[in-house]
Amino acid sequence: MSSAAVVIIAILTLAAALAAATLQKLMHATLSFAVALVGVAALFFLLGAEFVGLVLVFVYIGAVAVLIVFTILLTRRDVGKDRAANWGGAFLAVAVFGGLTWAILKTQSVAVVAPHIRLVTVKRIGEALMTSYVWPLQCVGLLLTAALIGALVLVMEEKP
Amino acid sequence: MTPTLQLFLIISAALFSIGLLAALSRRHAIFILIGIEMMLAAANLNFIAFWRFSPQSQPPTGVMIAIFSIAIAAAEAAIGLALVIAVYRHYRTTNVDHLNQLKG
Repeated sequence: MSSAAVVIIAILTLAAALAAATLQKLMHATLSFAVALVGVAALFFLLGAEFVGLVLVFVYIGAVAVLIVFTILLTRRDVGKDRAANWGGAFLAVAVFGGLTWAILKTQSVAVVAPHIRLVTVKRIGEALMTSYVWPLQCVGLLLTAALIGALVLVMEEKP
Repeated sequence: MTPTLQLFLIISAALFSIGLLAALSRRHAIFILIGIEMMLAAANLNFIAFWRFSPQSQPPTGVMIAIFSIAIAAAEAAIGLALVIAVYRHYRTTNVDHLNQLKG
């Protein structure tokens, strides 16, 4: 893991995210959002969490980005231009970024380099999911079922 | 030279701020959802970074929390987009400035 790779990927990610936040056309913004998520997944790969990076690509780009595109197409009549960013939001975002960066740079205990750790394999993740994380896993399954049924109920056509 | 935890935290803070910018300054409901998803991705990046830079734990807690967080973000996106479609059917717009009454 070298600093140069991290910085390059970070610049690409943040540029794509900024494009997603400021582009006028909805479809372009969604595609930039997908590029930004690929960048985040690449950072996960560099950090040694390959499985999470793959899950991020599958879930976000395979499901969420496609869902957003479908919603844009379904609400097409309204897809005109969005007006440019307002100054209050921009000021607040810059203030939050400044505050967080100040806090991060001021904290000495986060200026550490990565220790050497054992590779986290899919086998270890699966074992953990089936032993110590089995209740959270079941709860997430229940939550996803409830959320998808709820989404169906929300968009169901009303009976005449 | 190897990167420190600070670098990843600053990247994550920048991504969070961009998500906040999108959620606060856009008037289109789908853009607001995209901003929220970006903020969640920044939180996941923080989880993974803190896991990588801390002593090894068994089971890998940071990875687990990131996986669950991604699942919850997917559920949130599904519900949010369904709400956008429901609102669009009712009001014929997805501009949040025009959604200013509770009574349809």
